[in-house]
Amino acid sequence: MNDLARSQNQETFVLNLGPQHPATHGVLRVKLTMDGEYVVHAEPVLGYVHRMHEKMGENRTWAQFMPNTARLDYLGALSYNHGYVKVVEQAMGIEVPERAEYLRVITVELNRIASHLLWYGAFVLDLGGFTPLLYAFDDREHVLDLLESVTGSRLTFCYFRFGGLYNDVDDNFVGGARAFIKRLRRRLPDYHNLVTKNIILIKRLKDVGVLSAEMCRKYGATGPVLRGSGVDYDVRRNEPYSVYPELDFEVPVYGEGDSMARYMVRMDEIEQCMRIVEQALDKLPEGPVVAEKVPKILKPPPGDYYSAVEAARGTFGIRIVSDGTNTPYRMKLRSPTFSNLSLFGEASRGMLLPDALALMGSLDLVIPEIDR
Amino acid sequence: MSGYFKELFGGTKSLAVGLGITIKYMVKPVVTVQYPHETLVMTPRFRGHIELVGNEETGAPNCVVCGMCQKACPSNCISLAGEKPEGAKKKILTSYILDFTKCSLCGLCVESCKFEAIAFSRDYNLAGPRKDAYVFDLKKRLEEKSG
Repeated sequence: MNDLARSQNQETFVLNLGPQHPATHGVLRVKLTMDGEYVVHAEPVLGYVHRMHEKMGENRTWAQFMPNTARLDYLGALSYNHGYVKVVEQAMGIEVPERAEYLRVITVELNRIASHLLWYGAFVLDLGGFTPLLYAFDDREHVLDLLESVTGSRLTFCYFRFGGLYNDVDDNFVGGARAFIKRLRRRLPDYHNLVTKNIILIKRLKDVGVLSAEMCRKYGATGPVLRGSGVDYDVRRNEPYSVYPELDFEVPVYGEGDSMARYMVRMDEIEQCMRIVEQALDKLPEGPVVAEKVPKILKPPPGDYYSAVEAARGTFGIRIVSDGTNTPYRMKLRSPTFSNLSLFGEASRGMLLPDALALMGSLDLVIPEIDR
Repeated sequence: MSGYFKELFGGTKSLAVGLGITIKYMVKPVVTVQYPHETLVMTPRFRGHIELVGNEETGAPNCVVCGMCQKACPSNCISLAGEKPEGAKKKILTSYILDFTKCSLCGLCVESCKFEAIAFSRDYNLAGPRKDAYVFDLKKRLEEKSG
């Protein structure tokens, strides 16, 4: 930390970052106490897009909550959709057909690629580089087209149903997914040449915003943030669900803990996602996509259920309490970026303001998901 | 001193590589759609606002006023009414109002319908200055469509 920031006698001032600021990606407000260019204290102020999703869950039927899951994290909607159907299926004891499980994995991983591509563009935009965003959006558009052709929407996908899927995919989707992966494989070297190897990016990110594994543990950070700090944890592998155990993929881990490490984790994850999609497409079995015996009106047996999935930003946990009626008694959503953001206050202390913004960008925040 | 020149060289190389990629894409065809001069065709599964489906022969709505769509809707967008004329077996739809201002396009109504009476429309160019322009009278729309 700079000596200036440490001295107590210096006069400080408060800088209001957000709630309408392009670098806060939505409506996050951060109250920064500054000493010159150095951050003395940062306090995130949340709740600008609080929509009471948990309370809404208590006031509608199990199926009616489904569209809400897509509106938590609008960039990785399918992971959230998956988490919700998974916990209800667990409560009801519904067996999901294998084809449906494979298609769930394929669509979720495609969604993860789209999410990481958007993050890549937005993150470099935060650092002052505009062009990479356009390349990333060009590729992301192909994923959105693919997902639109099966789910019917471009952003707030709601494709999974209790016991299966909304509908089956056709050969066009399978062919399109393969073509997209081929295309992205060809484009990724450009991404790395343009951004990863760029000297400005390296100088902005290397050894900046170092998060220790201990700090991540303390605040409950998960996902690429945790893996960038050297902790090898991924729900897809540590608590396997769906058909992930049958697929061969690696969990990228970087030990440095700086913003560059988090950047590299996500870039490597895009490659792993492509591997998962390819394998799942190869193994895609024939068969039904909806379980046979799914009751029309769902009434899960009374009890307390919890289930977690690996979303693009980390562990998304969902706890439901059922009292045996057709509406949930309690719905608790554990969103990954809420925990990831909470370490920002401690981590940004003593940092230069532009470095603190680079750290914030590397956390990959989605505000509607933090506020819920 | 050697560090200075190393950085200078590294920086220049980064710049050249970046410019090289830009030039490579500069000569490639345009990837964007020139909207509004060109428009995209929506996929068959595109979820627009709902529309009533008419009988192929008579043009009358397939709807039997069971009210399942109304019950399935999480946002209470749908209000419909029907009556049973004397001597008739089925109920006849008298009004079907969709409040599109509240709709989140989840499609639960279409899934709940067993009579193939509602379907997604292909409309996506929707914009207007007044709220009541989005309270659709679907029965009237169907009648206008079938002439």
